[in-house]
Amino acid sequence: MNNAKSIAVGAALILGAFTASTASAATTLESVKEKGHLQCGVTSGLPGFSQPDENGNWTGIDVDTCRAVAVAIFGDAKAVQFTPLTAKERLTALQSGEIDILSRNTTWTLTRDASLGLNFTGVNYYDGQGFLINKGIGVDDATQLDGATVCIQAGTTTELNLADYFRAKGMEFKPIVFDTSEQTVQGFASGRCDVLTSDRSQLAALRSKLADPSSAKILPNTISKEPLGPVVRQGDDQWFNIVKWVLFTQINAEELGVTMDNVDDMLKSDNPNIQRLLGTDGDMGAKLGVPADFGYKVVKQVGNYGEMYNRNVGPDTALGLDRGLNALWTDGGIMYAPPVR
Amino acid sequence: MKKQTIDSRPAGPKPWYDPRIRSIFFQIVTLSIVFWAGWTLIDNTLSNMQSRGISTGFGFLDETAGFGIIMSLVPYDATMSYGRTFWVGLTNTLLVSAMGVVAATILGFILGVARLSSNWLVAKVALVYIEVIRNIPLLLQIFFWYFAVLSNLPSPRQSVEVGNALFLNNRGLYLPEPVAQDGFGLVWGGLVAAIIAVVALRIWAKKRQLATGQIFPTFKVGVAVLLLLPALAYLVAGQPLTWDVPALKGFNFGGGITIIPELAALWIALSLYTASFIAEIVRSGILSVSKGQTEASKALGLPNSLTLRLVVIPQAMRVIIPPLTSQYLNLVKNSSLATAIGYPDLVAVFMGTTLNQTGQAVEVVAITMAVYLTISLLISLFMNIYNRAVAIKER
Repeated sequence: MNNAKSIAVGAALILGAFTASTASAATTLESVKEKGHLQCGVTSGLPGFSQPDENGNWTGIDVDTCRAVAVAIFGDAKAVQFTPLTAKERLTALQSGEIDILSRNTTWTLTRDASLGLNFTGVNYYDGQGFLINKGIGVDDATQLDGATVCIQAGTTTELNLADYFRAKGMEFKPIVFDTSEQTVQGFASGRCDVLTSDRSQLAALRSKLADPSSAKILPNTISKEPLGPVVRQGDDQWFNIVKWVLFTQINAEELGVTMDNVDDMLKSDNPNIQRLLGTDGDMGAKLGVPADFGYKVVKQVGNYGEMYNRNVGPDTALGLDRGLNALWTDGGIMYAPPVR
Repeated sequence: MKKQTIDSRPAGPKPWYDPRIRSIFFQIVTLSIVFWAGWTLIDNTLSNMQSRGISTGFGFLDETAGFGIIMSLVPYDATMSYGRTFWVGLTNTLLVSAMGVVAATILGFILGVARLSSNWLVAKVALVYIEVIRNIPLLLQIFFWYFAVLSNLPSPRQSVEVGNALFLNNRGLYLPEPVAQDGFGLVWGGLVAAIIAVVALRIWAKKRQLATGQIFPTFKVGVAVLLLLPALAYLVAGQPLTWDVPALKGFNFGGGITIIPELAALWIALSLYTASFIAEIVRSGILSVSKGQTEASKALGLPNSLTLRLVVIPQAMRVIIPPLTSQYLNLVKNSSLATAIGYPDLVAVFMGTTLNQTGQAVEVVAITMAVYLTISLLISLFMNIYNRAVAIKER
């Protein structure tokens, strides 16, 4: 009865495979700890946000957002692996559990929050959609773009904003939809389109990729709100809280004047806000399920929000983006974090 | 004494030793495992999606799409539904596939015959073409045509123009569009009449040839009828046709017909690539016809052209059709590489933007796979019908 035996074994194998796939109900924090690293979804290369440097190390504000979470859990900014994703792939990669956290300049919208099984944990960059055009074309304002051919990246909210904007203004346009932002730049540079549209921060980054960046300019119009932030899967509130509060910790650290350089001195601070932030007082870490000194380590290894911003996209970088909306609420911006208490 | 019935046949094996019963048993077991596995997959997916708060169902197809598509054969604008984007993508896929199948077949047959040419140069040129093109990945060829060739065309303001009616630039090829005026129906009527006449002529000529052996020049007369009858109708109706000539307006040309470079690059690459495979299939088909057939046909006094048309090609077709079908299927499936250069085919529009805006990955991917499966099965079906028509008929 060899046949029967092999069939029985086969059936058992199939059965095993199916039950195994349903039985993995561990929390995200547990599975991350077990793996020993955080799996973070980023762009396939966008200067200032997530891009590998010449040594192959990932850098950027989205990358640092992930590193901060890794520090909070493992105390090690290197305990994170990056998965480069296109705009089209990113949400599915998170839904399917391929990555633990998506930090890939993703716009927070109602549909994504409510119907995709995802949660946005906060905003690490307030952006808005703009237009990049060739200076030679003689256009100074987006209202003059009637009939233009527009290069755009697939799977983004910008596709929808663009159609809305042109329809509201009664103008026509021809969209050329590419998979990656590199291809949109290539299409723009080759003259296939008159206009490249994306979030303004991205336009600055993409413009720096042109052979002659000074030949192109960003139009003054901002046609949408694009709050960009990290995303996690729904249904794991502990994980949601950790990712949310790591970013809040960085913003609070800037507000309280705690920096990478002075954080060691700040451990001796008698300001109760700083004591709670750095874990010298209270049990904030335990409430989240991470070590008590996670705040100290995050600021020590990654820095506060302002340092993260200035290092990656700030005025002194190639992107040269002013803080603008991303300044603290005390400095005229809208970066505001709930208190650590 | 009781009458004993004696069965001379030996008693059959016990049911569990009966090979027939055994095989049925195992088939039932296998089938139920397959069904159970499929059902578990579906059930698992649904319950996992529900527990993760991902909405399911096909209701999203009625929601407003809200994004633009550069090219559509069916009327479309951003206020229409996601379901509509499906049809836009599908028709665009079918368009480039049909164009590719026609061009690849014509080019493939020419190359296949050229490869067997007795002219050394022609045969070697065909050989080099086939070996180079079929050994370079298709995606690279698409990129080559799109980024290296077509994007280097001049900008709209410096367009290459032919007779102030046809313009070529890096935004596409702009052609004048014929616009039918009142009375153009007569021309269509003329065309239909001509087609009916040609079919009738063919039937009559064949009958006459069978009866008397005389050959009627059906082809030449047929072409003449097809051209002259509609032309006559056109003149009688008072030339009811105007042309919408493209003109430079603002950024781009407006009016007329536009062939966007994405379509052109994909079409050229698909056609050239598939043609190289078809050429080899054609060559193998022709070589499969034994030399004796050609010699016999020559002995009967048939000229070269008739030998090829009446003796070699019909026999070669039997070998050519089945692998040709696979090439057509490949071409249709390869057209999904459109997404790499932004041609709005089914994968780029529906499985790209629509999937992303709605997040309904499982539904959208399932629909898309079902569509490709349907297209492929339909092509197979028609090619099998054709194959049966040309196959050896046993009499």
